[in-house]
Amino acid sequence: MKLKKPQNQPAVPKGLKHFFYDVYQIFRFAGVFFKEVFSAPFKTKEVIRQFFEIGVRSLPLISVTGFVTGIVFTKQSRPSLAEFGATSWLPSLVAIAIMRALAPLVTALIAAGKVGSNIGAELGSMRVTEQIDAMEVSATNPFKFLVVTRVLATTLMLPVLTMYTGFIALMGGFINVHANELTSFSGFFEKAFEKITFLDIFASIIKSIVFGFTIGIVSSYKGYTASQGTRGVGIAANSSVVTSMFLVFVEEIVIVQITSWFR
Amino acid sequence: MTRKQTHFINREHPVIDIQRLEKSFGDLAVLKGIDMQVFEGENVVVLGRSGTGKSVLIKIIAGLLKPDAGTVMVLGQNVAELDRKELQALRHSIGFSFQSSALYDSMTVWENLAFPLEQTGKRFSSGELQSDIEQALEAVGLLQAIHQLPSELSGGQRKRIGIARTLIMKPKIMLYDEPTAGLDPITSGEINALINEVQETYRTSSIIITHDLTCARETGDRIALLLDGVFIHTGSFEEIFSNPDERIKSFYDYNFIEQ
Repeated sequence: MKLKKPQNQPAVPKGLKHFFYDVYQIFRFAGVFFKEVFSAPFKTKEVIRQFFEIGVRSLPLISVTGFVTGIVFTKQSRPSLAEFGATSWLPSLVAIAIMRALAPLVTALIAAGKVGSNIGAELGSMRVTEQIDAMEVSATNPFKFLVVTRVLATTLMLPVLTMYTGFIALMGGFINVHANELTSFSGFFEKAFEKITFLDIFASIIKSIVFGFTIGIVSSYKGYTASQGTRGVGIAANSSVVTSMFLVFVEEIVIVQITSWFR
Repeated sequence: MTRKQTHFINREHPVIDIQRLEKSFGDLAVLKGIDMQVFEGENVVVLGRSGTGKSVLIKIIAGLLKPDAGTVMVLGQNVAELDRKELQALRHSIGFSFQSSALYDSMTVWENLAFPLEQTGKRFSSGELQSDIEQALEAVGLLQAIHQLPSELSGGQRKRIGIARTLIMKPKIMLYDEPTAGLDPITSGEINALINEVQETYRTSSIIITHDLTCARETGDRIALLLDGVFIHTGSFEEIFSNPDERIKSFYDYNFIEQ
């Protein structure tokens, strides 16, 4: 007996189907990463080069963003606290906001934009110009050389960059507080860290490790599987940023929820 | 022009042996049961129009694509059955010259050539590395380009560097994907001469994928004409093109080469 296709069943939008398929493929790609990361030979030299590319080369943009975030956040928070005569709480407020939320998130978004697009475009371009195939036929494992090194670098460098962003943002906050209340450097930082707990720092580091891994794996996947020539390179760079950012936001919500259970 | 003659072909010893090879992409059957042998020291040209699956054939030989059916034996090993480690070991004996040259564009010529050597895991002294690289570049006549970036090279030079990068591994088999595509006739002639020099000097066995009849005539010890997923004729250039088959005649007329 032949079954009739149901007519009123709501169709799953093509875009949504594509998104979930993409996420499934990213998980499989991550599976290959975990298989390769622990097997010799280790590309230490290339990992160190990627640390430099991803870490050091991101410093200028991260510095400016962190500093501006700190100074603007402090400036915008002052009037509300001043209403209650609580401007002395500014250092603690700024420190909590920066260390718990702003530093990891801002750093991850900057990294998704700068590093993610870079990885997506670079690997995408290598894929469509057959450079990855050339590595494969010259008996090199391109996944290990190109993907494992980049994912390791993003995963390990993002916590470092996050701590750096936090420090620079606090410096921004200090400049604003010092200009208005003439608070000393040591006084500001003493007050700032009064309310910061180990859990805050620990959660921030874990969060940035997760964000770094996500950015590395998503952008590597997008670049590594690029097709359709130069158009594909553009798509890979663009979707690296969009998908990474989206997943970072989702992870942010999940991790904040989990850490709030421990507070 | 005199017919190409190679004296060191060992017809007793096939280095590549393909039996009933099939490959499809979705509904499109590209290779429909191909049989082919390449003997030690021989240059076999696979001739055919664009999109007939010529490049697919050598990508299967190099293990970049999996066949749907049939067997591909390379140096006595069934490529489809090798695990990653075995395939990597086999690939040390295979050189692949890509249509686009596929040079690593962020690396200089020196780094492009050093890369495959460094990835073997063996330790090379800087002197050994330098001498191997210079030797490979001298073989393709481009020693002066050693510190240049691929973007600073012409199309013909990029092809030569691509070939040098494979020669540095001292392969037994060379696979050339459209070696003269996009090159002017003079540069194409130089590449054809280089393919013959490589065969002569390194005693390689090669498959040359092309739709260029001049390249086929100058480099091929044997020509295999691929049409609609099967080899319709195999033989020397003269044997193929003296055949009255209309399909061959139309291919020949289209290329306008002098006989």
